[in-house]
This record gives sequence, structure tokens and C-alpha cells, in this order.
Amino acid sequence: MRSSRLTPVLILLGAVTAVQLLTLATGKDFYLTQLTMTAYYFLVVIGLCLLMGFAGQISLGHAGFFAIGGYTSAFLTTLDVSAYRDASLVASLAKLQLLMNRQDLYGAQVLTVHPWAACVGAVLLALGVAFAIGVPVLKLKGHYLAMATLGFGTIIFSIVLGTRRFGAADGISSVPAFPVLPGVSVSGGSSGRVLNYYFAWLLVTGAMVLLLNLINSRVGRALRSIHGAEDAASAMGVDTARYKLSTFVLSAALAAIAGVFLTHYNGGIGPSEAGVMKSVRYVAVVAVGGMGSLWGTLIMSTVLNFFSLRGYFGTFDDAVFGGILILIMLFAPDGIIGSDLRKLERKINPKSQTANFK
Amino acid sequence: MIELFFQYLVAGLTYGAIYAIVGIGFNIIYNTTGIINFAQGEFVMLGGMTAVTLHGFLPLPVAIIAAVLITMVIGGLIEMTFIRWLARPSVLRMIIITIGISILVREAALLIWGEGVRSLPYFTGNEVSALSFGGVRVSPQVIWTIGVCSVIVLLLNLFFQYTMLGREMRACAANREAAALCGIPTKNMVTLSFVLSAGIGALAGCVVSPITYTQYNIGTGLAIKGFTVAILGGLGNSMAAVAAGFILGILESFSIWVLPTAYKDAISISILLAMLFIRPSGLFGDREAMRLKDF
Repeated sequence: MRSSRLTPVLILLGAVTAVQLLTLATGKDFYLTQLTMTAYYFLVVIGLCLLMGFAGQISLGHAGFFAIGGYTSAFLTTLDVSAYRDASLVASLAKLQLLMNRQDLYGAQVLTVHPWAACVGAVLLALGVAFAIGVPVLKLKGHYLAMATLGFGTIIFSIVLGTRRFGAADGISSVPAFPVLPGVSVSGGSSGRVLNYYFAWLLVTGAMVLLLNLINSRVGRALRSIHGAEDAASAMGVDTARYKLSTFVLSAALAAIAGVFLTHYNGGIGPSEAGVMKSVRYVAVVAVGGMGSLWGTLIMSTVLNFFSLRGYFGTFDDAVFGGILILIMLFAPDGIIGSDLRKLERKINPKSQTANFK
Repeated sequence: MIELFFQYLVAGLTYGAIYAIVGIGFNIIYNTTGIINFAQGEFVMLGGMTAVTLHGFLPLPVAIIAAVLITMVIGGLIEMTFIRWLARPSVLRMIIITIGISILVREAALLIWGEGVRSLPYFTGNEVSALSFGGVRVSPQVIWTIGVCSVIVLLLNLFFQYTMLGREMRACAANREAAALCGIPTKNMVTLSFVLSAGIGALAGCVVSPITYTQYNIGTGLAIKGFTVAILGGLGNSMAAVAAGFILGILESFSIWVLPTAYKDAISISILLAMLFIRPSGLFGDREAMRLKDF
């Protein structure tokens, strides 16, 4: 990674630390809870940013992938299989260390799938679904693509809402903590708040580095060429179908990972996370961030989600996102800070190219 | 058993009629602008809601007519505020704008009317009155719904075939530049298409309100159904949308036999996805006809 690209990453890490110290100094460390959630939501948005801003494909179904991640992980880690301890499948899973003995909220001993195993399962499921859906869906363009992804999101929503095993309208609650690393456990308790905050933002930084490297590589240039003119890209030998599919699958995986961690952090997940409005919000954030400016999206995502989670928008929460969506698309389809940021980026790194969205 | 079969059939036809109207609404706007208006379902909701409120102090027919007119004005205003002045917007931009509009309309409805479920009274009779057709009991409102939707389709056809304005709209749909060269004010035709599709959506919202009830958030579901119907029939082909509406309504209605009700919506979306993947030109349209895009 070249130094010109390293600088913003260091600034990000510095800002993350500064914010934590600031909340500590002002005694507002409860803000960290929302900032942690914001970080996870950003993981969804950043994947979508790659898909929309660089590959030029819209998805109105990303809440569906988030829900696949969250629900799979919540379902597996709360499903008590201790009654089937002797069944061959359960026994072999236990032998592979994929199960975990723990106490539930009421102190009873339960045997559930280990969060790591559930996490891997959830992400693999999301990858599989994204692949299966992506192959036919990404052949579509424009309205058809939008409606097909919207339809996919709605199917996931009606499945989680209509299935009693997934808690129907109540969702799944009492999801256990996720011991990610020795000493680090993703859960909502106030004791682990600072640690969780850093974990979430390090995850974001990692994803950022990954995507920044990706978009400034051969793959990134190929993606931008698809956005610019798909036929021309294809004529130049870019395997457009494969690139679109890989981007779609990658963004779905990011959404699923976000779903897994946020579900463990919140201790549960509800059907509203799979709702169409959530998918639209993700699109709104990408649009405000400048459609293809990762840094712009990071800033706008953090600001908007933090305000929204703190309840500053009150009952106008959805209306704010709808209004933003319209205003941005009417007056500044390149995003508000996106275009300025792009100039700045070019100044720092004249070779960097970012997609223009018209 | 046979009675049950017909009962489901009638229910399917009722919903099918509404889906067809929403689908036609999509087609009217698509034909003149090339835009899929994601806020189409919101017109149905607005019509129903406004009529319920007006019925508080107006007789039912007056309330319905007023509600339809108000929704038409809103439809026109939406087009003039958000769409009219955009120069050659990209499809992605239009999708996002109309989604934004649908959110704003829905949130405004939530603010005005709250989360409560409302409905108009039955036009004739009440919840329990029924006409019997050889053992099959049919609510008079079902007759109203299917009847009104049929009249809408008939009038629309006459309008597009025989009136100057209708022909101008079709010209605009067939070739916008050529239409403009002939002196047709294409921008006004686009506004008119929004007014028209808001009007038929609102009327459908009124007749179906006693049966399905009206709530601030019914729009998105209806929009997806309507779009499915429009695709199933072939985008832009309104007569095919009627047939497709009935097909979808009946399929959905009978799906209750095999699947839990909670998954009912998944049926239509699966059909939509299947159509998009396999035959995006629709059941009745072929690719050549798609390109000619006539009403």
C-alpha cells in the first residue's frame, strides 16, 4: 500500500481513538454504543458503495443479506441441542468443537452452536445465496435489476416475519456474546463497551483498506469501466459478468458479517432489519456519500446513522432518509461531499480515479 | 369443495382486478416517460385514505370523486416538483427519486392519519350481505370492485384510441422526439400520465378499501404486485396487464391451499423473479412488440 493511500487510513484510526478519548473526557462514553452500531452498519454500506458506485449496479435488497447473516447466527447460537446430545450429527459436531456449553439467561445449561461456527455458517450461506441470486439478477439492468433485488429483499423479509422459528414479528432475542478473540467478546454489556468500539472500528478499517486496495487495482479499473460503459468494457476484454458477480457476492458477504456482529452486539435481531426501508437507507447513505467515494460514504454513514440511532430525527427518521435521497438525486447526484472530496483525493494522489455518477 | 374452489376464484379475481389497475398505472407512466414510478402503490393508499377522511362529512360518492381528484392533483404536483425539470436523468437516478417520493408520501400519510387501519363503508349492503350464485356467496363489494376496474380499463381504452389527447399521449410513448416535432407538448403529456395513473390508482384504492382496508403502508406491497403484473403482461402493454392481474390474483388466492398465508407475498415475488430471469418481455409480449411499445 502506497503512502498516499496510507495517510487517510491513519487519519481514520486517529479519529477513532480521538473520539473515544473525547467521550471519555466528557463522560459521554454511552455514545460509544451507537458509534459501534454505526460501524457495523457502515460495513453494509461500504459493500453497497463498491457495488453501486464502482460496478454501477443497484441493489435494493442488501438488508436481506444483513438479515441472512444476523438471523442464521442468532438462530444457531440460540438453538438448544442438548436434548439430541447423543444423535450422531450433534455428537460429531461436538467432537469438532463446533458446539458450546453455556448457561442461558435463566441459568439453565444449554448446548448451542459456537458463535464462530455460526458466523462462518452465516457468511457461507450469504455467499451461497448471493451467488445463486446474483447469476440471474445481474443479467438485468435498470428498473428490472432494482425490482428484482427489491423482490429478493421482500422475500427474505416475509420469510423471517412469517416463520415462527425465527420469532416471527418479535425476532430472536437473548443471543449470547461472541468470544471473537481471547479477551474480546462482542456483546452489549457496558463493561466491554470500549473494547467493542475498537473492535468494530478496526473491522471497518480493515474493510476500508481491503476495498481501497481493490478499487485502485486492476479489478477496480475494470469495475469503473463497467460502470462507464458496459459494452465497451466487454469489448476491451473485461469479463463484465464475472466482475459484477464477484462484487455482488463480496458486498453480500460484508453485509452478512455486519449482520452477525451487530446481532451479537445487540443480543438479538428483529424482522425490521430485513425490511425494504433498511435497504433503501443503505442506498441513501451511499448516494449522499457521493456514489463511489469510500471516504465520503464513511463520513456520511457515520453522521447519519449516529444521529438516527441517537433518535435525533424522532418520528421523522424514515422521512429524513427519504428526503435526503430525493434532494441528493435532484440537486447533487454526485453527493454533497463526494465531489469536493474527490478533488482533494486527486490533489493528494493525482493518479487516483474515481467513478463519476451522472 | 367446488364451492370453496369458486370462493377462492372470486377472491383471486377481486385482488387481481386491483393488481391490474396498479399495473396499468405503471404502464401509463412507463409508456410516456420510460420511468417505473416506484410510488405507484402510494396513489392507491392516498385515494383510500382521503376518501375515508372526506366521508366523515360528505356523502360517499362525493367523497370518492373528491378523493380521486385530490390524488390526481397530488400526482401532477409530484411530477412537476420532482421530475418535470430534470434534463435526461439516468434510470438509476429516477429509480432512487421515485423511491424517495414513495417514502415521503408514506411518512406524510403516517403523520396525517396515524398507524390505524381504516376503511370505507360497503357501497351497497354491509359486511354480511352476499349475493348467491349457485352456492357461491359473493359480497356486493366484489362486484363493485371488478365492475369499477372493468369500467376503468374500458374508458382508458376509449381514451387512448379515440380522443385527441389520448392519441397525443400514445404518440409521445411511441417516439418522444417525433411527437415534440409535431407540436405535441411532451412535458405536459408526462404530467398528464402521472395525473391519470394517480387517478385510476386512487379510484381502485376507494373501491377496494371496504374489503382489504387501507393503512399508510400498503403502498409498497401493492407496487410490487402491480409491477409483477406489468412485467407478467409485458411492460407497456395495458390490456395484457389485465389478464396478468387476474392470473396473479388467482394464483395467490389458491396458494393458500398449499402455503401458509404469511408466505402469500413471496408467491408473487417469486413469479416476478422467475419472469425477469426467464422471459422479461412478458407472457404475451414478444421482443419485437416490446420495442414498438404501443398502449
